[in-house]
Amino acid sequence: MRYSALSIAINALSGHSNWKPAWRSPEPKSSYDVVIIGGGGHGLATAYYLAKYHGITNVAVLEKGWIGGGNTGRNTTVVRSNYFFPESAAFYEKSMQLWEGLSRELNYNVMLSQRGHLTLAHNRHQVEMSLRLMNAMKLNGIDSEWLEPDDLRKREPQLRLDGRFPVLGGLMQDRGGSARHDAVAWGYARGADEHGAHIIQGCEVTGFIKQGNRVSGVRTNRGDIVAAKVCLSVAGHTSELAAMAGLRLPITSYALQAFVSEPVKPIVNTMVLSPSTGIYISQTDKGEVLIGGGLDMYPSYAQRGNFHTVETVSAGMLEMFPAFSRLRLMRQWAGICDVVKDSSPILGPSPIDGLYLNCGFGTGGFKATPAGGLTMAHTLATGKRHPLIEPFGLERFTSGALIDEAGASGIAH
Amino acid sequence: MLKIDCPFCGVRDESEFRCGGQSHLIRPGPHGQVSDETWAEYLFIRDNPKGWHMERWQHIYGCRQWFNIARHTVTHEIRAIYFMTGQKPVIENDSSNA
Amino acid sequence: MNQPLRLKQGGRIDRSKPMRFSFDGKQYVGYAGDTLASALLANGVRVTGRSFKYHRPRGIFGAGFEEPNTLVQLGSSALSEPNLKATQVELIDGLEARAVNCWPSARFDLMAVFRWLKPFMPSGFYYKTFIWPSWHWFEAVIRAAAGLGQSPQQPDPDHYDKRNLSVDVLVVGGGRYGLEAAIKAAEEGRDVVLVDDKSQLGGALLYEHQQLNGNSLVELLDRASKLSKLRVLTRCTAFGYYDHNHVVAVEMLSDSGLRQRLWHISAGEVVLATGAIERPIVFPNNDRPGVMLASAGRQYLHRYAVMAGRQIVIATNNDSAYEVALELQAAGVKVVAVLDARTNPDALVIAATRERGIRIEFGAAPSSTRGSSAISAVEWHRVDTSGKAQADTSNVIDCDCLLVSGGWNPTVHLFSQSGGSLRFDEILQAFVPAKSVQKERSVGAAAGTFDTPLNLQPLWSVDVSLLKRTPNYSWVDLASDVTEGDLRLAAREGFTSVEHLKRYTTTGMMTDQGKTSNVNAIGVMSTIVGRPAGSVGTTKFRPPFNPVTFGAVVGQHVGAYYQPLRRLPTDELQRSAGAVMEDYGGWARPAYIPIKGESEHDAIKREVCAVRAGVGIVDYSPLGKILVHGPDAATLLHRMYVNNMKTLKPGFCRYGVMIGEDGIVFDDGVLTRWDENTFQVGTTSGHAERVTEWLEEWLQCEWVDLDVIVEPVTTQWSVIMVAGPNARQLLQRLGMDIDLSAEAFPHMTARSGHIGDIPVRIMRVSFTGELSYEVSVPWSYGAALWQQLLKLGTDLDVTPFGLESLMVMRIEKGFLHVGTETEGTTMPQDIGFAEIIAKKADDFVGRRSTMTPEGMRRDRRQLVGLAAVDGATVLPVGGHLVSAEFQKPPHKTQGYVTSSAWSPTLGRPVAMGLVERGRERLGESLIVYSARSPKPVAVRIVELAAYDPKGERLHG
Repeated sequence: MRYSALSIAINALSGHSNWKPAWRSPEPKSSYDVVIIGGGGHGLATAYYLAKYHGITNVAVLEKGWIGGGNTGRNTTVVRSNYFFPESAAFYEKSMQLWEGLSRELNYNVMLSQRGHLTLAHNRHQVEMSLRLMNAMKLNGIDSEWLEPDDLRKREPQLRLDGRFPVLGGLMQDRGGSARHDAVAWGYARGADEHGAHIIQGCEVTGFIKQGNRVSGVRTNRGDIVAAKVCLSVAGHTSELAAMAGLRLPITSYALQAFVSEPVKPIVNTMVLSPSTGIYISQTDKGEVLIGGGLDMYPSYAQRGNFHTVETVSAGMLEMFPAFSRLRLMRQWAGICDVVKDSSPILGPSPIDGLYLNCGFGTGGFKATPAGGLTMAHTLATGKRHPLIEPFGLERFTSGALIDEAGASGIAH
Repeated sequence: MLKIDCPFCGVRDESEFRCGGQSHLIRPGPHGQVSDETWAEYLFIRDNPKGWHMERWQHIYGCRQWFNIARHTVTHEIRAIYFMTGQKPVIENDSSNA
Repeated sequence: MNQPLRLKQGGRIDRSKPMRFSFDGKQYVGYAGDTLASALLANGVRVTGRSFKYHRPRGIFGAGFEEPNTLVQLGSSALSEPNLKATQVELIDGLEARAVNCWPSARFDLMAVFRWLKPFMPSGFYYKTFIWPSWHWFEAVIRAAAGLGQSPQQPDPDHYDKRNLSVDVLVVGGGRYGLEAAIKAAEEGRDVVLVDDKSQLGGALLYEHQQLNGNSLVELLDRASKLSKLRVLTRCTAFGYYDHNHVVAVEMLSDSGLRQRLWHISAGEVVLATGAIERPIVFPNNDRPGVMLASAGRQYLHRYAVMAGRQIVIATNNDSAYEVALELQAAGVKVVAVLDARTNPDALVIAATRERGIRIEFGAAPSSTRGSSAISAVEWHRVDTSGKAQADTSNVIDCDCLLVSGGWNPTVHLFSQSGGSLRFDEILQAFVPAKSVQKERSVGAAAGTFDTPLNLQPLWSVDVSLLKRTPNYSWVDLASDVTEGDLRLAAREGFTSVEHLKRYTTTGMMTDQGKTSNVNAIGVMSTIVGRPAGSVGTTKFRPPFNPVTFGAVVGQHVGAYYQPLRRLPTDELQRSAGAVMEDYGGWARPAYIPIKGESEHDAIKREVCAVRAGVGIVDYSPLGKILVHGPDAATLLHRMYVNNMKTLKPGFCRYGVMIGEDGIVFDDGVLTRWDENTFQVGTTSGHAERVTEWLEEWLQCEWVDLDVIVEPVTTQWSVIMVAGPNARQLLQRLGMDIDLSAEAFPHMTARSGHIGDIPVRIMRVSFTGELSYEVSVPWSYGAALWQQLLKLGTDLDVTPFGLESLMVMRIEKGFLHVGTETEGTTMPQDIGFAEIIAKKADDFVGRRSTMTPEGMRRDRRQLVGLAAVDGATVLPVGGHLVSAEFQKPPHKTQGYVTSSAWSPTLGRPVAMGLVERGRERLGESLIVYSARSPKPVAVRIVELAAYDPKGERLHG
């Protein structure tokens, strides 16, 4: 059923009583070519691209709860590709390009809003680091622009330029912005479903069927499912699932909080990241001012935030946007981030045959949803890593070839 | 907001402390006899359980002492606090920790 | 003044204190004790807001935090505050309020055109459209239409405060059950704090029966006031329940210089006496102004002596609304009829209502409302037990107010936040606390305990499908503008799980967080999908219970109190000398010190030349200083630094590089061994704390057998760096008991002594490349030493210099700066330490990581000097090095310029950079690309030190 303004108008005549389910809810079969564990953006995108580019449609996406209910629905929806190392730049820029065509491709408005992503520089050192990053981005073929304080005053009138952390300029990626998180999950789900993939909610994986060092299927609360290949895309639960398969990973899970104000009329234009205060801020289409900061300070699987972090992050926000003191905090939540040492993802095959990993994105997996799906689909279908994810294998922890973006650019990712 | 019972100072708010991650790590060595795999295991691989976690904390805005804590990573309940040189306690898993 | 709906007597308002206020520009008068909502009602203002999406006229619906409709903007400019619920705004004289999200007013809103678009804006419509040509084309318009009130645009002039409280018992809610629990605990001798969001304690006792089980409110308050163990905080809303029984509350303050106060309450036990919230009935056109919760009508009557209307109809599915009918009638308000969806209810209160002559219709439910904007009549039908309206049973009753009661939802928000699980109670048809996780208990209505049974029959929505009429909208969530049809569409499209439902329709996502809509949405969904409501599930409630200002969250950590910069011992002297102070690692330090309007460039040039030719001084106190002492001090430091620290002799200094266990360069500094067992570790200024922690961690967690004490002393010693060929001459004038001669006190040694009675420690080390001493005196003597050096050195033209000049000098000299010449992948072998590592036999922190295949790679980026081929262009810092064939991006990078400056000493630019295999490529030519440079610059890879490469000057 194709979506458009016209289809809405036509359906309005019948009181919208003729819409069909966005995706089916099939019973799980006993066997699939590929089983993807985790119905978040990455898992659903993987199913979609498996069908679209590789003709593999005998696929199940198994979701413990409801699709998009993990980190896909709990993040600050930032989309950008302002990365330093060529490896990251290539991967995230591919993702950005996919984002730019995604609403049309899926016939589902994921509300990609390229309002611009701005990284502030508060001192001479940060200016130098920003310019280093800007030039790296340019050499990697990615848009970026240095803005002087006068430019910033125009772009973000509420931003304080002369506070405790003065603003000496900022690095703008105009193509950066946000997308509607739920729509990404639902759009990919609908697309994958149209191609024949099974999206099975309420299906919890409780173990793996293993023969020697090979995974040949999964055990679930709805019965065993055999599969030649199993892909793990369960951010926030990766260590636990991997442990079921006998795999230990270089991951520690932390809660990352975000919170929103009550909706107000437009007041923040871009996505602003302030490295010294450690906060990032934007405004949703609904009008909520959306604020995020650093991870909670200890490992956690509790999807609830700690108030200490809210206080610290809010203080940083008021330092940069002092007029927001009288706005009110409306909702606070947390997602669980699987953090690895170099804040780059782990993508590709695992040491266990038949088991593939899409994990370790830490705080930044949302923006990678399309590329994560695309490259994992390629890897699952061909048995060979997609070239874009060759640097992101698990082996890098043994070889030492980490891709430490945070360390390189001095900016939290 | 965790309340942590520092074995040297008593109960204090979590904001006085710093979490140093998983405890009871064994550092392999000497450097010349350690394989890349063993080193990577020590440096990067972590238990990361959904449940009881033995971790080390420092009372950074207090006595500056390090000590171990058994904390549940879902409920954040603290069940045991013991010295750095102490033995890993056995924590019974109970159903209230879901 | 005319307040047409105000009763002549009763209420908890003060009629002797009239309060003037304005709403949407019109002037009104209320009384002290009113809320904005009660005053508007008293004045007969019926349209008080516009709905979020469709701009439908809305009226006051609730009486407290549950209000979904009437959101106002208070005040103007810096004191403006958006989105306040009129029911929570205490009326003060001169209050200015405007309805949000409408123009020019709530009564007459030009944006009401959106009403007619409702058929084309079903739930989730935006996912299905705005795809062509792109979302971007539509977004600006949609953003402008969304949002509610306006953010202030000036800094907040008000102040906020925070307090901590540690108590045995925290009671949330000052109604009957909360008061009783608080009194009991306090009488047992426990420390108790009772918080209540209202201005007066009493909760429902303020508007329900004054006499319950012999405990009148007056008696309870009297008992409470006599208990010294019981502390009461009114106007204080507990909004967040966090781990380890930590509850956060915000108190509204009106009479002091503080606006709001945040309370961090740590409680041994928490008693949740948060009451219950009445829920509406879902039926067509149930959003018309004049439709109100029965409990709200009751509160307006008793607390504020305001009639919700003159001719009131009550619609209910339970017994509680009958009390309201009786009380209204007793107060002289006409209750036209009670529509009761139940067919055969039986209760004393119903009998009493009938006795008073109030018309009661059983098996009846409202099926629509009528009126031009506010309600003028209610249409009702006979309904069966499932709520289905029967054809040909239409009736119409004129009225100006419809009070509704669809049952009661225990206020379980804080309980849910505590981690507790909920269960669906079949009798109440509502979610109640099931299992506690923390030390907490719910009492009274919050626990689902009602004094008199409700005898409720579920009525999730009045089903009008059998009636032959054009469909109208039955509103489930007034605040988010969500209808039953929206829920049906969501269900049709597969969004049936509660979280999907919430997200697809946006139910419960507005400022009231769904207080009157969440449970109804679940109930309506249960009827749509044909499953029991309890199995549809409920969402977890997230903090805050009620929105809280960021000002209160932050408290005093604003402006000058937000991460204050640390100040040098010479801070005032620097500033009075005109220094440009900047933030370097959390310290305010002079970047340069211009004289008579000098430019930055000129000032730096002058300062550098003064040091190179004579002598300069800079306050170097922020450099980290850590005393490491004990028999095993050398062993610890030998394991912590890349360099060999065991061979360092007492009285000598050694430069050391510290790396993380991951092999990445982390810090550097000069270590001094004062005696066999005592080292002073120098760190970069930004890492002083971090290095202390690092040493402590290894000492306490890994090498517990080492006998060492780590003592940070950074702010115990002021340090003035005295550098330049005349440095010795200047220092000699201080009259110290230290022999400063080159033979007695060579480079990289340290001496201690006195200036008069004052202890002094001197390290002869150099970051400038000149003869240089770092002179330490106790912190409070730093300013005096500075002034003394200036005085003694007048004839030597002693020149204070800033950090930027120091940077120029260290770049000339090719000295690296950690964090500038190193980044998150830099290992010690990349910055010239391969040989030192090779010579050290012992393990040290991070050593194994430098030996990985990655660490051994031949093409690692190495630190080298860079020279512009034209001898004139200052290289752009952050510019990348690309091959000589470079034309335009994209192109492969081989590294980048880390530091660069114009050297006043050499009269040419100097620079350093990290370049692939740089050390092997000395002499090779490359291009520096920078997007901000007019054109690429040709450079040659050269040795690091451009100035005095042999180091003769620092040994002078």
